[in-house]
Amino acid sequence: MDPQSAKFIGAGIAALGIGIAAIGVGNLFGQFLQGALRNPSAADGQFGRLIFGFAVTEALGIFALVVAFLLLFT
Amino acid sequence: MPDPIHQFEVKRLFPLEIFGVDATFTNSALFMVAGVLLSFGLLMYASRGRSLVPSRMQSVAESVYEFVAGMVRDSMGEQGMKFFPLIFTFFMFILTLNMLGMIPGFFTVTSQIWVTAALAILVFLTVIVVGFAKNGLGFLKLFVPDGVPIYVLPLVSLIEVISFFSRPLSHSLRLFANMLAGHITLKVFAGFIIMLLGAGGAASAIAPLPLLAVLGITALEFLVAFLQAYVFTMLTCMYLNDALHPGH
Repeated sequence: MDPQSAKFIGAGIAALGIGIAAIGVGNLFGQFLQGALRNPSAADGQFGRLIFGFAVTEALGIFALVVAFLLLFT
Repeated sequence: MPDPIHQFEVKRLFPLEIFGVDATFTNSALFMVAGVLLSFGLLMYASRGRSLVPSRMQSVAESVYEFVAGMVRDSMGEQGMKFFPLIFTFFMFILTLNMLGMIPGFFTVTSQIWVTAALAILVFLTVIVVGFAKNGLGFLKLFVPDGVPIYVLPLVSLIEVISFFSRPLSHSLRLFANMLAGHITLKVFAGFIIMLLGAGGAASAIAPLPLLAVLGITALEFLVAFLQAYVFTMLTCMYLNDALHPGH
């Protein structure tokens, strides 16, 4: 296989990781809303934890994106 | 198609060498200085009156202060307010640079890995120094969580150690990659407009579609610019909280 096309295929596969991280982020916000609607008075206090979980989850998807960029542009 | 990573190129403005160290003033340095001066100037301007009933600018500065102070108090408690100047500086620095980068043609300093890495390493070293200075060897309790059965403790400790040392990596990569990815996406979609217009005929008719996408992504990027500044500061608070209260 041509190395250049192998690089592009690799970048495409690496980009799948972002979609998988999206499941995690969607799950996170979905679960938060579910909890928040059951007990709205406690929801505001958990906003910081929500953002923390979002940041940690999203970072893993971003790592996949970095791998894709490295394959594409270096 | 235009090269989407051309915008992140660091250009030399004034060559400068101090004691054999290459300290060339680059466009990145220029925007860092501009960001610091802008946030400093705005806050100084906002707090010049210091009236009991705040003016418009003063109430903006006060709400930014209260926002960060609330974040610090929530995560570290009242004794965390010692770190408030550091954390407020981080927040203002990153927020100003992210927002400056959103102006078309401006350089985004936070999309350079060495800038975010320097910030993250500063946080990491602060946590280690403060942790050992405040708790002595008790800081190592951070790696030994309470209530873990003795037979899984080595494994849990190993995981805790690895997660502790990978913090600067994820801390810096998150800000860097978010800004990088956002700006590349904008550039790629803007490139689509030019490609469609260049193709002519029916392809030109759908050229406004990527333009709408660029508009939407720009709005999203403003949100991301704020959110990443918030997340970076928030994680700094949490890491410093580990240094203050190492027992989980």
